[in-house]
Amino acid sequence: MLEILSQIEFEPFLLSFKLAGVTTLILFILSVPSAWYLSQTKSRSKPIWEAITALPLVLPPSVIGFYLLITLSHNSPIGLFFDEYFGIKLIFNFTGLVIASCFYSLPFMMQPLQGGFESLNKNILEASYLAGKSKFETVIKVALPNMKPALMTAIIVTFAHTVGEFGVILMVGGSIPGETKVASVAIYEMVEVMDYEAAHVYSVIMLIISFLVLISVYIFNGKMKRIGQA
Amino acid sequence: MININIQKTLHGSSGEMDLKVDLSIVQNDFVALTGQSGSGKTTLLRILAGLEESRGVIEVGDEIWQDSNKRIYLAPQKRKIGFVFQDYALFSNMSVEDNLLFVKKDRELASHLLEITGLALLKNRHTSTLSGGQKQRVSLCRAMMNSPKLLLMDEPLSALDPSMRTKLQNEILSLHKEFATTTIMVSHDPSEIYRLANRAVVLNLGQVINEGTPKEILLQTSGSAKFSFEGELLDIIKVDVIHVAVIAIAQQIVEVVVSQEEIKRLSIGQIVRVSTKAFSPTISE
Repeated sequence: MLEILSQIEFEPFLLSFKLAGVTTLILFILSVPSAWYLSQTKSRSKPIWEAITALPLVLPPSVIGFYLLITLSHNSPIGLFFDEYFGIKLIFNFTGLVIASCFYSLPFMMQPLQGGFESLNKNILEASYLAGKSKFETVIKVALPNMKPALMTAIIVTFAHTVGEFGVILMVGGSIPGETKVASVAIYEMVEVMDYEAAHVYSVIMLIISFLVLISVYIFNGKMKRIGQA
Repeated sequence: MININIQKTLHGSSGEMDLKVDLSIVQNDFVALTGQSGSGKTTLLRILAGLEESRGVIEVGDEIWQDSNKRIYLAPQKRKIGFVFQDYALFSNMSVEDNLLFVKKDRELASHLLEITGLALLKNRHTSTLSGGQKQRVSLCRAMMNSPKLLLMDEPLSALDPSMRTKLQNEILSLHKEFATTTIMVSHDPSEIYRLANRAVVLNLGQVINEGTPKEILLQTSGSAKFSFEGELLDIIKVDVIHVAVIAIAQQIVEVVVSQEEIKRLSIGQIVRVSTKAFSPTISE
């Protein structure tokens, strides 16, 4: 067993976690203002925005991957612009993976946050405004600290979902070791070459990590409910 | 002086209704706002606080908070309002003291307020561990932290039991005496209005239908009547040759003998007035 473990390349795991970390951070920064806006707006376009942000939930990853490939490749104006002006290629590298993951995991960040904002007692937000605090300050100091379970769910599930991502990555990133070959892609390749032993080890690790992540979310949320902050 | 002249169309449970209020409030006044539910009391408070929009003008001293013709609309953040919500609306992520300091970093004022309301020992406690009465005290203290020009209270004591109410009424009264904050409080409780307010305004279906001193508003005897109570007719029972009406007044039930003629005019569920003329009551333990 130890022998097998010592032969295993852990780079794909590290890459998976790095990707998940960066994606979660970017999505958090982008989603807090947008989820706040959607939770507060009475605009008639709200359902349209909600549908757009939920799309990655229902679209096959290959569809997302396909459109991203087309938009980000060197043949599209966007891809060309980034390459020519900043020298950044947007596909088949880590940057491409981050962009793809941000689309793919968007609903997992947006929906808990929006739900959390919506379930807040409106009066505490108004009490904060009346105390002279801006909307920004209210979100940071009152709204977010009062919806810790939603916050926790959003961050952890987004992280975990990005770790478990496969289809979009394969399409946008391929399988370049150290650059785009994440754990899920590595497993796929092991199975393809019938290296079941390594595939088993990788899969078990993924299974355990996923289970631990989920159980920690539920334990945390259960605790928050008991102390009456949920 | 606070001048309010506002108008807003409300979509209530009984259809559309126009909230139209023209009111002047003298500095340091304690105004009780009363009337049936759905008459627009809470909305009026929210309009004053800047939490809801309306047409018209709100002037507070020499400041204009709102003038819809000139498109002036001061944000709630800039109005210096103290607001006490019925459900306390405390920040449950902060301690008692931090709830106060969130409004203004003035430790001296915070500890003074907590002292007056008997919360000094609880200042480091989490708000979720407090009782209803304690929570409303914190909420009251928090509302006083920015030395408000106007203190608005939306049925602040309605969720509390009677003895706790009396205690908090005393505290509200002593805070009002010390800080002399112009106050508007929504209340349904006649004893509360009588004890706290120096002026009462009755709102019905969005209009001010009566205003005056609490005594003028609340004292409902007329002519030579000595006692006069309003209550709900619950039942009419035939006992031998007479009829007895059972009427619920406040928390009590009384029986009144009624004549055959009177029964014809009465129906169960009706709001009736029970009054007596001069007689000499005796008081016993």
